[in-house]
Amino acid sequence: MIESVALPAPVQATLLVGVILVQAIALYAGYGVLERVATPLIETITDA
Amino acid sequence: MEILGLSPALLALFVSFGFMVGVLFGFFGMGGSFLITPTLLLLDYPAPVAIGSGLAFYFGTSVIAVLKHYDVGQVDYKLGAILFVVLSIGIELGSRLVFGLEALGIANLVTGVAYVVLLAGIGALFLRRAANLDDEDADDEDVDDEIPAIGQKIQSYTVPPMISLTSGGRASLWTISGAGGSVGLVSGLIGVGGGFIRMPAIYYLIGTPLTAAVGTSLFAGLFSGAFGTFTYGMSGSVDLTVVSLLLVGSALGARIGSAATTIVEEDDVIVYFGLMMVLASAGIALSELANWLGTGALDLVSVFLLVGSSFAVALMILYQVVKSFDGDDAGVQPAADGGD
Repeated sequence: MIESVALPAPVQATLLVGVILVQAIALYAGYGVLERVATPLIETITDA
Repeated sequence: MEILGLSPALLALFVSFGFMVGVLFGFFGMGGSFLITPTLLLLDYPAPVAIGSGLAFYFGTSVIAVLKHYDVGQVDYKLGAILFVVLSIGIELGSRLVFGLEALGIANLVTGVAYVVLLAGIGALFLRRAANLDDEDADDEDVDDEIPAIGQKIQSYTVPPMISLTSGGRASLWTISGAGGSVGLVSGLIGVGGGFIRMPAIYYLIGTPLTAAVGTSLFAGLFSGAFGTFTYGMSGSVDLTVVSLLLVGSALGARIGSAATTIVEEDDVIVYFGLMMVLASAGIALSELANWLGTGALDLVSVFLLVGSSFAVALMILYQVVKSFDGDDAGVQPAADGGD
């Protein structure tokens, strides 16, 4: 839970939604980069 | 030693469970929050936190799903916007109902029983479909277009105002509101994203083509998931640490699961998915029984059934993926459905 008790509940809830949104986008992009890097490596290994 | 307030074992459990749920999500096109919420309930998280975190996890997976389907998805934006409104109302009513039930001290019981019925029902549907696979293979061109009689009857109601759909058809606003509101109510009550009932509802009750139902379901689910997260976030009922750990696993699992749809034959897996749902419902039922009897022994069995069954199916999909690297002849089949 976001523990910023100084902030009103609606602001905390909005922040929470924003954090999850950013996290999901970052994970999607991050794993996408990882996939692009890993796929040629896996193909090289399996073809060897 | 604790990391992020969790023991290393629990931390590893959440990431690996998220990964396995992600594999299932990527393969079956379902968000997996229907497994997350009961698991959190079994781990003694309070019902509002389990439900709020389940909805937040669903929101995160929906974002990833929409990103994945951005280029290929077919979305009826007007229908999606209307559904978002009625889904939000339904979720709000459902969440209020949860807090009311919690005040009465029966929130865990009601959500648990609802899960048992829902998961068992879904499992039964999948098993029934598996049993009829041979028949479907005989005339599979007509299978996806086959609308049940009740669906045709509901679609035939032309009570104004009528809404024009992007696909060319028309649907009554009352039908859309009834279908969306009911799905939203269930989502808010038991903390599931609702994709596995929303997409069929759009397809069967509102009458859009299957591809449009998938895209529209994802689009509406994204916003309803955000709204559900906001609603439970207002009361601090979302455990961000748990949600983040689950998303780290599910984002990777979803990619692998999606790739597996082109490798694993759907027919081979669908029966196990149905069994997984039935076993999961049995797990929740045992958990409720354990609460009534005041014994912890049944809880262990229920966790095994719930988590073990989903892990077994996900492992089977992963096994097929690994086997495909050996050059085995693999079938190319689409996923069971594209909801979330």
